[in-house]
Amino acid sequence: MKVKMWGVRGSIPSPGPHTVRYGGNTTCIEVRSDDDSLIILDAGTGIFPLAQSLLPRLPVTANIFITHTHWDHIQGLPFFIPIFIPGNTLRIHGAYDLVTMQGIEHVMSVQLQFSYFPIREAELKARVEYETLTVGTPMAIGDANVTPVLMNHPVPDLGYRVDCNGKSLFFTGDHEPWRNIYAPEDPEYAEYQAMVEQRQAELDATIGPVDLLIVDTAYTEAEYAQKIGWGHGTFDTAVAMARRIGAKRLLFTHHEPTRSDDALEAIFAEVRARYPDIDCELMLAREGMEIVL
Amino acid sequence: MPHLSLELERKLTTAVERMPAFPKSVQSVLELTRNINCLPKDLVGVIEKDPVMTMKILRVINSAYYGLPNKINSVGQSVVYLGINTIKNLALSFAAVGILPRFNTTGFDIQRYLLHSLTVAAVARMLCEKYARGEADPMDCYIAGLLHDFGKVVFAQFLSVEFMKSLAAAIDFEKPLYLAEQEIIGADHAYVGALLAKKWQFAEPLVECIRDHHHEDAAPSAMLDCLRMADMVCRMQDFGEAGNPWRDGELARMPARFGGDIAEVIARLGDLQKIVADAQSFAQIGTER
Ligand SMILES: [Zn+2]
Ligand SMILES: [Zn+2]
Repeated sequence: MKVKMWGVRGSIPSPGPHTVRYGGNTTCIEVRSDDDSLIILDAGTGIFPLAQSLLPRLPVTANIFITHTHWDHIQGLPFFIPIFIPGNTLRIHGAYDLVTMQGIEHVMSVQLQFSYFPIREAELKARVEYETLTVGTPMAIGDANVTPVLMNHPVPDLGYRVDCNGKSLFFTGDHEPWRNIYAPEDPEYAEYQAMVEQRQAELDATIGPVDLLIVDTAYTEAEYAQKIGWGHGTFDTAVAMARRIGAKRLLFTHHEPTRSDDALEAIFAEVRARYPDIDCELMLAREGMEIVL
Repeated sequence: MPHLSLELERKLTTAVERMPAFPKSVQSVLELTRNINCLPKDLVGVIEKDPVMTMKILRVINSAYYGLPNKINSVGQSVVYLGINTIKNLALSFAAVGILPRFNTTGFDIQRYLLHSLTVAAVARMLCEKYARGEADPMDCYIAGLLHDFGKVVFAQFLSVEFMKSLAAAIDFEKPLYLAEQEIIGADHAYVGALLAKKWQFAEPLVECIRDHHHEDAAPSAMLDCLRMADMVCRMQDFGEAGNPWRDGELARMPARFGGDIAEVIARLGDLQKIVADAQSFAQIGTER
């Protein structure tokens, strides 16, 4: 299985002189199974350069798995060029939205409205199929299996575990570890804490040990204090997660949009220094980075 | 047990989607959510006092798409699984449906029903802590108390003529309301409440508890004991009212675990005035008009 990072930035595209080394595109990860089936995790702006790379090899069947429908994870979808070319197939997978009571099929129709985009959904040339996923039920894609897992974000967010011939990866999408909403002196604290711990243990067991863990690490611990409830994790919570589940490699992504390359590297060096004997390879996600599992 | 026609069953389950919530919770949800930094626990505190909102939240969260390993039984647990923002937006969408009128056409007093549900819920939780520790979860007992008579609000809203006749018959012929409902509607509120809970995949013990709370020969459980006892305590003391006045003859049916002396049980619960006062202010009894 091969993994290529096409977008590693969180929240909003951030091009500019300070982000050239790590890249400014928002979340998009290309996964190739051993039989070369194409799995795309999220459709942030990074999907546009990915689409360019596919053009010499059409027709293509792209299996897109959306973690959640925040803009930074779907913005590139209408610019996925193969959708305008007959013969290609696009399968879009994602979560059921409880609030709107709609499946993932609404993701494109929302974006392709007259005022916001010049082409109507009916005018797309590729075959576009939608699959609203059931949490915990694996989808077979070629010789790989993709299993959706419910994470914690302001909107239902699916993490994905991809398994292929004994190799595995897990991508959290956007995820903030659960916290107690009560203060220690509140009578409800203990009961809620038990639920949080149970939920965490359930998630760890579901993800299980993986060869590669890709985690939303938008913040440092110091920054997080001001961003509680925003739905993102920190470098340290990612390390803790990697240790609990037993990940061989940990890839930090969803970089904060105002974070310069220098600042990112400084934080990374500091984090590495704090976990000198961790039994897991720590890596910083960079646009264009390829990992072979 | 008589049962509803399929058509009626369909009518009732879809009707609940359009059912308005209680005035205080709608008002509080709107107020709290105006502030982007509203505390999650405050929002949970409001939602878990409103049977309609609680029922609707549990309904959506137990939907098959989320494949949750265990059925979700409380609003707090829903927050753990779906996050406060989703729960907040769900609550807002429920609030947008509007508010229940104080009296509907049946003359059923919705606020006194709420007071009954809230006090039964709180007392059931206390009873569980004092008499059934380790055998049942106090929070589950709270939810059972909050939702046990949910079928009555559904009747009041959507089968108002038949429900009005049942309420009148229960008074005129001095019979328990559920028997009057069975004769006039064809099914009682316990059956309908359980039917909805089952359709929405609530945990089986909760469904059974709602279904059996008037069945003397139902299989006993700690949760059912706490619910029945709480119902007795609250009705005897006149905490709220849900169309089924207290009758002294009921004392004979007190679950064995509580001993035989209801006065002693009430004494062991301590001062219930705070529970009643909290519930009153939430039900807005005595605070409006
Ligand atoms: Zn994001
Ligand atoms: Zn997001």
